[in-house]
Amino acid sequence: MQTSVIRRRRPASLVELRKGEQGILDRLDLPEDVSRRLMELGFVPGSRIVAALSAPGGDPRVFRVDGSEIALRRDTAAHLKLRHEASPGAD
Amino acid sequence: MSDCDGCGLAGVLASAASTREANRPRLIAIVGPPNSGKSTLFNRLTGLRQKVANYPGVTVEKRLGSARLEDGREVALVDLPGIYSLSARSEDEAVSRDVLAGTMKDFPRPDAVILILDSTNLGRHLMLAAPILALGLPTLIVLNMADDLRRRGGEVDAESLTKQLGAPVVLASAMRDEGLQPVWEFLAECDVAPLPTELPALHDVPKCRAWAAHVGRRASYLPPAPPVWTRRLDSVLLHAVWGPVIFCLVIVVVFQSIFSWARPMMDAVQWLIARSGAWVGGQVSNPWVRSLLVDGVWTGVGSVLVFLPQILLLFLFIGILEDSGYLARAALIADRTMARVGLQGKSFIPLLSAYACAVPAVMAARTIENKRDRTATILIAPLMTCAARLPVYTLIICAFLPERPVLGPLLGTRAAAMLGLYALGFAAAFATARVLKSSILRSERAPFVLEMPPYRRPTLSSLGLRLVDRAKIFLRRAGTVILAVAIILWIVAHLPLTGGKVPPIERSLAGTLGRTIEPVIRPLGFNWKIGVGLVTSLAAREVIVGTLGTIYGMQPDAKSLGLQAALRRDLTLGGAVALLVFFAFAMQCASTIAVVRRETGGWRWPLIQFAYMTTLAWVGAFLANRIVSALVAHSV
Repeated sequence: MQTSVIRRRRPASLVELRKGEQGILDRLDLPEDVSRRLMELGFVPGSRIVAALSAPGGDPRVFRVDGSEIALRRDTAAHLKLRHEASPGAD
Repeated sequence: MSDCDGCGLAGVLASAASTREANRPRLIAIVGPPNSGKSTLFNRLTGLRQKVANYPGVTVEKRLGSARLEDGREVALVDLPGIYSLSARSEDEAVSRDVLAGTMKDFPRPDAVILILDSTNLGRHLMLAAPILALGLPTLIVLNMADDLRRRGGEVDAESLTKQLGAPVVLASAMRDEGLQPVWEFLAECDVAPLPTELPALHDVPKCRAWAAHVGRRASYLPPAPPVWTRRLDSVLLHAVWGPVIFCLVIVVVFQSIFSWARPMMDAVQWLIARSGAWVGGQVSNPWVRSLLVDGVWTGVGSVLVFLPQILLLFLFIGILEDSGYLARAALIADRTMARVGLQGKSFIPLLSAYACAVPAVMAARTIENKRDRTATILIAPLMTCAARLPVYTLIICAFLPERPVLGPLLGTRAAAMLGLYALGFAAAFATARVLKSSILRSERAPFVLEMPPYRRPTLSSLGLRLVDRAKIFLRRAGTVILAVAIILWIVAHLPLTGGKVPPIERSLAGTLGRTIEPVIRPLGFNWKIGVGLVTSLAAREVIVGTLGTIYGMQPDAKSLGLQAALRRDLTLGGAVALLVFFAFAMQCASTIAVVRRETGGWRWPLIQFAYMTTLAWVGAFLANRIVSALVAHSV
């Protein structure tokens, strides 16, 4: 998919996904034990993640991953990086 | 209140606890991820024959039960905590691993395992099958919520899974009691170790996930359509505007219920206690025994039993919130506010409960998986203004504060003082949380993760079991700790005998104790009489009202006005304010100490908490006495 200049920068981490947008998880920039825990919940590199609703104020945020809905705080979600070829799109 | 003598569970568990015997009953462990319906299955199989305790030295709940087979045999079941893997990074996982490996102290290795997974979320849940099957114990895999899977258009070939995993796999719905026949058969006969065709490297999560996906694909697993109703409900309950509004409404209803709706039931309990006390008094002719029974046991235990309706109502609400799935949404909404003091969304409900009573609050903190957050919540909960402080506050405020309007007819001085005391407790709790969470209880690196389960209708049986469980814990404590404290207090108030008669209270052991601590409490503006009240109120805060009534030689309820007058003669305004501050901060509650010990798995935290709160109370009361006394002297 080609980038157009007008389109906004591609989301680099889960935090930047807008509601309804999705991305492919690339890596978890978190300590080993934390990322293991998140991977057990479905945040495995290569998986498709959809941003869903959030708490009032936007934090924490619910993500749809691997058939479940998991809420993460922004500071955690910022460390979950997305692949560059991730394409924004509706769920 | 013995909970299992009548149903044979005690015997089953006792013999299951001793090591291998020829005819000890089988012990089967139920394992599964959180939200897989594990406890529903456990309840379904065991009914009321359950026993809840803690594993030694840890805060993980040990749920044991027994199932009766058709042929009359008993099978012991243990419901292990909800886990995602056996990697032992959390206490829950470590306990599950130790139990399954047979290395848990004083606990036999299970003979077999029932692994329960959510069939609507099989891709992820199937990952847990790898480490469980690798244990080599006979295993039955239950794919739960099969009704939900079907309804939402998903499917899976259980036979193919059985072949691939080398262990029987069945589709079932524990909630609807569907497809559980194979589970009962497994309980009766489970000797075959699993023979999976291949297992992934257990330490590599992406490989485990790929393995689970591969197994699922070969069993033609079709994931169900998204839960439509959950999405619809969430769009309202997590709406930017309606979400918080509904959240507040839920809190108001819970609050209202524990304060007003519980009232008639509490009055009924009080009436029952008073009537039964009078009846017992009438049956006993020996005045000593009568006094011990009525003034000691009945009054002492009764003052705590009164809170049972409130506690049960609160747990009914928590049960409905938790089983329906709304609790996760409430935690999500509350998280940001709680994060300001270093806590998290799940601390919210326990702290709310603490306004009724710290005991259920400490028990409700179990829903917080993060151990440090749970400990911090437990430590600050008794600072919230519980219902037992109300009689004390009312007595002192009414004795010293004349009623005058503050905000027109809306708010009078007395109500304002009461609100101020609520605010004081709240501020102390949150300041303490802040300090704790930035020092000794700084969070581990475990991130805040909250799974949003689909909404489900709570079942009556599950709610009922919960209430029975909580009532048992509460009554057992009332029958042990509180009973013992009540008897001890009665003894120290009635000894030593002078000329074969009960001594006046100032000559009794309690009076001596009050005099002994007088030097310590004099700077707070308290005399020895208040000192006796402080000592007796260690049992429960409101006991001080009765004690002061006794000391001043009058019935507390009938002549409350007289007691107020007596207090006005004996206490300065500074001392009265100091007493209020003291009660706002001090941990004057044997039940809370006992429940904190139970929930934190040792004496360490309750002792720290008691020392901290007593120090805080002393310093706060000292300052209050000084400041108010100075102000009074200045204005005169």
